[in-house]
Amino acid sequence: MSIIKFEKVSYSYPGDELPSLCGIDLSIEKGQFVAVLGHNGSGKSTLAKHMNAILVPDEGRVLINGVDTADENRVLDIRRNVGMVFQNPDNQIVANVVEDDVAFAPENLGVAPEEIRRRVDAALKQVGMYELREHAPHLLSGGQKQRVAIAGVIAMEPEIIVLDEPTAMLDPMGREEVISTVTRLCREKGMTVVLITHHMDECVNADRLVVMSNGHIVADGAPAQVFSQVELMESEGLDVPDTTRLLYELKKEGVELSLEALSPADCAEEIMKMLRG
Amino acid sequence: MLKDITLGQFFPGNTIVHRLDARTKLILVVVYIAALFQATGWISYLAVTAATFSCMYLSRIHPKNMFRGLKPMIFIIVLTAVLNIFYTTGTPVLPGWPITWEGIERAVQMILRIILLITGTFLLTYTTSPIALTDGLEKLFNPLKKIKLPVHEMTIMMSMALRFIPTLIEETDKIMSAQKARGADFETGNLIQRAKAMLPILVPLFVSAFRRADELAVAMESRCYHGGEGRTRMKMLKMQFRDWAALVIGVGFLAMMIVMKKFGL
Amino acid sequence: MSTIRVESLRHVYSANTPFEKVAIDNIDLTIGHGELVAIIGHTGSGKSTFIQHLNALLQPSSGTVFVDDADINADKISRRDVKRKVGLVFQYPEYQLFEETVYKDIAFGPENMKLSKEEVDQRVREAARFVGVDEELFESSPLELSGGQKRRVAIAGVIAMRPGVLILDEPTAGLDPAGCRQILDNICRYREESGSTVIIVSHNMDDVARIAERVIVFNEGGIAMDGSPNQIFCQPRKLMDMGLNVPHSSLIALELEKLGFPVSCPCYTPQQLKAAILAEKEAGIC
Repeated sequence: MSIIKFEKVSYSYPGDELPSLCGIDLSIEKGQFVAVLGHNGSGKSTLAKHMNAILVPDEGRVLINGVDTADENRVLDIRRNVGMVFQNPDNQIVANVVEDDVAFAPENLGVAPEEIRRRVDAALKQVGMYELREHAPHLLSGGQKQRVAIAGVIAMEPEIIVLDEPTAMLDPMGREEVISTVTRLCREKGMTVVLITHHMDECVNADRLVVMSNGHIVADGAPAQVFSQVELMESEGLDVPDTTRLLYELKKEGVELSLEALSPADCAEEIMKMLRG
Repeated sequence: MLKDITLGQFFPGNTIVHRLDARTKLILVVVYIAALFQATGWISYLAVTAATFSCMYLSRIHPKNMFRGLKPMIFIIVLTAVLNIFYTTGTPVLPGWPITWEGIERAVQMILRIILLITGTFLLTYTTSPIALTDGLEKLFNPLKKIKLPVHEMTIMMSMALRFIPTLIEETDKIMSAQKARGADFETGNLIQRAKAMLPILVPLFVSAFRRADELAVAMESRCYHGGEGRTRMKMLKMQFRDWAALVIGVGFLAMMIVMKKFGL
Repeated sequence: MSTIRVESLRHVYSANTPFEKVAIDNIDLTIGHGELVAIIGHTGSGKSTFIQHLNALLQPSSGTVFVDDADINADKISRRDVKRKVGLVFQYPEYQLFEETVYKDIAFGPENMKLSKEEVDQRVREAARFVGVDEELFESSPLELSGGQKRRVAIAGVIAMRPGVLILDEPTAGLDPAGCRQILDNICRYREESGSTVIIVSHNMDDVARIAERVIVFNEGGIAMDGSPNQIFCQPRKLMDMGLNVPHSSLIALELEKLGFPVSCPCYTPQQLKAAILAEKEAGIC
C-alpha cells in the first residue's frame, strides 16, 4: 500500500477562478525521497498542504496510510504522521529557546514529560543542533533555524516529512545543510521525504521527481530521466541542471551521448566515454 | 538602535534564581513591588537596594545588561526627577531658589524607586524562559478557568508575542534602512511630519506581522496544536523546597519593610 | 557620472562592548563609472555591511568613502544627497512596499527628492518600463501582485530616483528560475540604457558568471579576489577553499580534469565548456 495516495484530487482556493490542483493522481511509496518541482503558482505548495489535512480536496481524496484526510476525527493522527516544514524559518518557530520549540509538537500530543525530553534530545542530535539546544532561535543562521524546524517535526516521530520550499530563503550553505539533513533522514531512518522546491539541483539526489504545472503533473520519474526531457522543462518555465544542459547542447551538435547523467562526475564520465569513442 | 531593547529577553543559566519555579518568581516579584512601595526612609531604600543586588549577584546577570534595559526608560526617569525637584515645597537650597532640599531628596528616592522597580521585573524575565513564565502564569491563573476565562489562550498569545519581539525589531530595522535608502527622513520636521514619516515603516510592518501570524497558525496546526486540552509539558513546573524557602524569605522581607515604615526608617 | 572610491574602510559593530565584532577591515576599492560588478562571498563575509557604506546608511568606524570624489560622510547634507546618487535595493525589497497603489509606491523616492509633479510622473513611468511593470498595474495595490511583480515594483521604486549607481542585494533570492531570469534581464537592460554603474550581491555563481564584467570576492571582512569573471572563475579551487560555490560548469571541468582531460580555461559556462569539448573531439578525430 502506498503511504501517500492522491486520487483524482482537485482543489481551488476560495475566490480563485482557476483550480490549483486538477485531478491529481499520485502514489508515493514508503521510504521514497520524492522531489516536486514547479514554477511559482504551479500548485506544488497546494499539493503539499493536502498531505497533512491543512487543505482537503474539493473533489477526490487523499489517503495517508489509508486514512482519508477529510475524516475530521483522524486529523491529529494524520498531522502527527506527516511532519511539515515551511519556507520561512522565522514563522514556524514558536518558542524563544531551541529545545522548547522542538518540544512543542509532542507537548500538543500529550506525550509524557520524560518521553518528550528523550524525543527532543534525539531529534536535535539527528539534525546536528543538540549543542545549541539552549540558544535563542532568532540568533541562529537560516540553515540552523530550518534544522530546528525539522527537529520540531521529527519529535512527533512521523513516518513522512513534507518540506515546502524549505531552502527558498537560505544561502547556499544553509541550503546544503537542509538538503543533506533530509537526505540522511530518508536514507538512514527510512523516512518518506517529499521535498517541494524550485531549485533543480536539490532534486538530483531524489529517488523520484514530479514536475507540476498549472495544477497538473507534467512529468514523473527518475530525476535523470525527467531532466533529459529538456524541451518539456523549458516549456514549463523551468531549468535543467547545467550537467544536462551541457550534454543536451553537445547532442544538438550531433554528438552521440546519453542525457541521463546528473552529477558532475557522471557527466564528465559520459563526456570522456564519448571523446575516447 | 532598536536592537538595544532587551524587553522579553532571556539569558539562559543554571543559577539558583534560574532554577526557581516560575510561579515562585512571579509571586516574589509582586511581593518585591509591594515591599518597594513601603520604602519611605533611606534605610528602607537601602534594604531594598541590597536585596535587589543580592538577587542580581545570585543570578549572575551582568549589571551592564540591567542598565542596557534601563536605557529606553531614561526619559521617564529624568522627567519624574525634574518634576519632584521643582514641585516639592520645603527649605530652598539657596534663598529665593525654587529648588528645595526636600525636592532633591524626593527626586533621588523616585529615581531609585523606578530603577529598582524595573530591575526587579527584568530580573524575572532575564532568568525565566518565556515558556516557563507563561506556564507559570497559566498555572497561577488556572482557578480563573472556572469562570470561563480563556487563561490558556491568553498565555499562549503572550508567549507568541514574546517570541516575535526580536523578529519584529529586526524587521523594523531592515524596513527603516530600506526606506532611508529611498530618501525617507525620520529625523527632521515637526511632530505631525514625523508621525507621517512613520507610515512607510508601520504599514509594511503590519502587513508582515499579519502574514507571519497567518503562516505561524498553519505551522502550529501542522504540529498538532489544538488548544490547551490534553497538553503536557517537557519542563514540568514543580515546587521544590527552595521555592518555599524563597517565598518565606520574600514574605518575611515584606513584613520587615512594613515594620520599618511604621518606624519611619 | 558616478565613481566610487573606498579608502581603508573599516567597520566595527557594537564597538567597546563584549559583543564587538569587526565586520570589514582595510578595504580599498575603486569602482568606475558604468561598471557591472558582482560581489560574492558567504554570509558573514562583510559584503552586506560593505554595500551599506556606499550610500551612508552605515558610517565607517574608520576610512573614507568617496562618490564622485566627494566624501559622502562629510556632513549631514552629503549623507542625505548620496542616497540619491547611490540607490540601494535590499534583500526581499517587496517587504518595504507600503503605499495604496503601485504608482504611489514607485513615486515615494522621487517625491522625497522634492521634484515637480511632472518630473515625478516621468520618472515613475520610466522606472516601471525598465523593470517591465505594466502601466495597467499602476492603480492596483502592491499587495495584490505576485511575488515576482512585487519585487520588480520595489526595484522600480529605487530606479525612479535615477541613481548613478544601483546596488542590489540578492535581487533574485526566493524567485523561481523564470522570475530570476526576468529580473536579471531587466537589470542588464536598465544598465545598458541608463549607463549607470550596477553592483549586484549574489550567491548564484551561474548568474554571476553569466552577467558580471567584474567579480569581487569578499572573505572574512576583506577583499580576497578582484578581477574579471575569467580571472576569478578560472580558480575554482581557491573559491571552494573559501566555502563558496563555483559555477556548475567549473565542477564538470574539474571532474574532466580528474579523468585526464584538462579543459583550458575559460570553461565556467556551458557554452564555453561545450566549445572546449567539441574542439577536443575535433582534435581527437584528426
